[in-house]
Amino acid sequence: MQILRSLLFRLASTAVTLVGVAVIVFFVIRVVPGDPIAMMLPPGATDEDIARLTALYGLDKSIPEQFFIWAGGVLQGDFGTSITARRPVLDLVLGRLPATLELSIMALVIAVILGGVAALTGTRERGTKVEAGIDVANGMALSVPDFLWALILILLFGVAWPVFHISGRVTPSLDLPFVTNFYLFESLVRLRFDLWADIVSHMFMPALALAIPLAAIIGQLLKQSLKETMHLDYVTLARTKGYGENHVIIREALPNAILPTLTLVGVQFTFLIGGTVIIERLFSYEGLGNMAIDAVINRDLPLIQGIVILFAVLFTVVNLVVDLTYALLNPRLRNA
Amino acid sequence: MKLTRRNMMKLSAATAAAGAFGLPAFAQNIDELVIAYNTTLPSWDPTTGPSAVNPTIQGIYQSVFDQFILQQPDLSPAPGLLTEWGWNDDRTKVMMKVRQGVTWHDGSPFSAEDVAWSLARAADPATGNPINFVWSTLENFAADGDTVTADVKQFDPTIFKWMYFLTGYVLPKAYYEKVGADGFEEAPIGTGPYMVEKFERNAFVRLKANENYWGGKPDFETVTIKFVTDAAARVAEVESGNAHVTLEMPYEEYDRLKGTLNGVAAPISDIGMIFLNDIDVMLDENVRQACALAIDKQTIIDRLLSGYGVAIDTLQTPEYEAYEASIKVPYDPEKAKELLAASGYSTDNPVKFKIQTTRGFKPKDYEMIQAIVGLWRRVGIEAEIEVYEIAKHYELRAADTLAPAAFYNWGNSVGDPTTSTGFAMFGPSPHSVWDGADLIEKIGPLWGEADEAKRIEGWKEVDRYVAENALVIPLLQYVQPILSAKGVEVTPHASGALLPHLMKRA
Repeated sequence: MQILRSLLFRLASTAVTLVGVAVIVFFVIRVVPGDPIAMMLPPGATDEDIARLTALYGLDKSIPEQFFIWAGGVLQGDFGTSITARRPVLDLVLGRLPATLELSIMALVIAVILGGVAALTGTRERGTKVEAGIDVANGMALSVPDFLWALILILLFGVAWPVFHISGRVTPSLDLPFVTNFYLFESLVRLRFDLWADIVSHMFMPALALAIPLAAIIGQLLKQSLKETMHLDYVTLARTKGYGENHVIIREALPNAILPTLTLVGVQFTFLIGGTVIIERLFSYEGLGNMAIDAVINRDLPLIQGIVILFAVLFTVVNLVVDLTYALLNPRLRNA
Repeated sequence: MKLTRRNMMKLSAATAAAGAFGLPAFAQNIDELVIAYNTTLPSWDPTTGPSAVNPTIQGIYQSVFDQFILQQPDLSPAPGLLTEWGWNDDRTKVMMKVRQGVTWHDGSPFSAEDVAWSLARAADPATGNPINFVWSTLENFAADGDTVTADVKQFDPTIFKWMYFLTGYVLPKAYYEKVGADGFEEAPIGTGPYMVEKFERNAFVRLKANENYWGGKPDFETVTIKFVTDAAARVAEVESGNAHVTLEMPYEEYDRLKGTLNGVAAPISDIGMIFLNDIDVMLDENVRQACALAIDKQTIIDRLLSGYGVAIDTLQTPEYEAYEASIKVPYDPEKAKELLAASGYSTDNPVKFKIQTTRGFKPKDYEMIQAIVGLWRRVGIEAEIEVYEIAKHYELRAADTLAPAAFYNWGNSVGDPTTSTGFAMFGPSPHSVWDGADLIEKIGPLWGEADEAKRIEGWKEVDRYVAENALVIPLLQYVQPILSAKGVEVTPHASGALLPHLMKRA
């Protein structure tokens, strides 16, 4: 009952957040410099041409008037039409969302694996040179930003040893039988491992670039939690029962130590989605982030609004899922 | 490498990984030409919306669609879908002959109807053609056999030049009316050298050679244009062999790779310039002259652009019709000091103003302005640099509220003086920053000048007046670097458009 009430409260606050984001983004992008009409003015355009184009894109009305027209459309599922692509914004952003989601999830999986292995190994080898080595690697991974990792990876695995593809999401010459834009997922469902390998080959470097800093954070926090847990009585009891160190760490200490890390992963995942903007650009990956940069450069106001709203929805949903998962995993909260 | 069990295992793992993920194809035997392009393609309609006036995209459009008139790599016009064109004697009508035997990509015949419809559509303000003000100078379009005629509503001597410039494309009347704007976006067809086979927005477009192309089938059967907007990634693409051709990379990278790959760096129609706004200290002619004389353009090109650039003294480049070599603005810092002194300025009491620039929009734009500000400081000019986005530049320029000095790059792939000096310097134009009545008076009569020789001479005189009075500071003509695999020979186009059908097997 408590969880249900909490869920309803979170949904209500999510709705308020989204309305707030919509209002802010709508007004802010109209106040910042850069008029989309001025950008498409050809040499020799007259005042009449400017007025005609301004009216054509609905920018001749007052900003509040434009907002209510846009908000009215959004409530009916119409996010407007992109100025540059001349297509419905909703189609464009939903078409790109799967690519960004797949990339983010793959990055998260890589980060959890790398961070988890580092934390478990560091805990297992605590006080040794191995732990010191892991700490140094963590420090390096954290201090180098993801876009720099991207460039290093491009240089290593794109140019020096060209194993992975540098740009795009899939090889253009391949015929794709997909009906959704979740290429990675659908290729597995269809058992098309040839396509799956090609998609992974395109996703691996951007995902790894996104994952490395997050893996370092996970590794550090989880190792710290594990080390604290290793001193608790029930862990000592497990040891006295004769369980091996691996069993003690994984079966006894990890379930308790993982909770703070889980919360952190949830928060960091939203940052990771935000990080896709730059990484997708560097790898020419056809996701929302890449589209967002183009939209900002071209001052494609309806598209910027659509992307920001979608990012806001993603962030709030991820946070909600994390909170719910935390509540389900934490016995004290679950039984409250 | 020592052959040990461990090394063997490493090698096997690497080979297996490469096999599983598919090693990128190297450029030994090119069946499918891959181009790493520096921009994305937001929309397929080359006549409406912001994409229609984006010069960077025109190369893709021209691969699929033909313009009314063909523009050759040196910018000169040649028969294309129109084989003949011109006015009647009293300039009240235009007449155009249409090429016979051309087909659209769907196999349907191309006709004069398509040309008349495309022109009428461009002239209709409701379609959202940004160049509508040019096309609407014609009206009453009619097709008869292989001839298209129209009445001249307002004489524009450059109307046929626009037919190989922005939005000057012929679209298929019957097909467009059948599928509508959305259907055309989904499956565009043209009469161009390549047909669209597959298009993934923001990712790539795959083109297939048009076997029936009136200009001859292109050399490469299949061309994939990958949209790789980051310069470092484009270099990596071509260096690794993932792509065969790329363009617009840092000149240092071009110099590094031009030995192992084919490199071509040719001047294009884009120029770098500094707009001077007729406000504040720029109303003082001595200050303007000093600003122009204190810039050592060649040294800036040599030091910052590795020599890739052509110093210019007017808004015309040597390829343009109205280029006049005798107009010179020399580097003369001593003269600049004298002029400033005459207005009461010196290094101890410098004239102060703001200069705006983009950063990273064009090669070394910010660095060039930094260098110029440094040169100015030596003669008694203290300019404060403000960095802004290109979108802000357009907005400020349209509102005529730019700073006293503002760096910009001007493109004029049609090569006519109206679309360089004309629109940049004619006060009433939204692109002009200088509003002096004297210049308006000089330029005004040239818009409708029917005598071509007289018109070109008139523009040369305007350029001379602009240079003598330092109403704008032209800096350089850009050079476009293109890298290609050894098996590919690229013909550069002075417009800056990278055209796959001009690429041959080396």
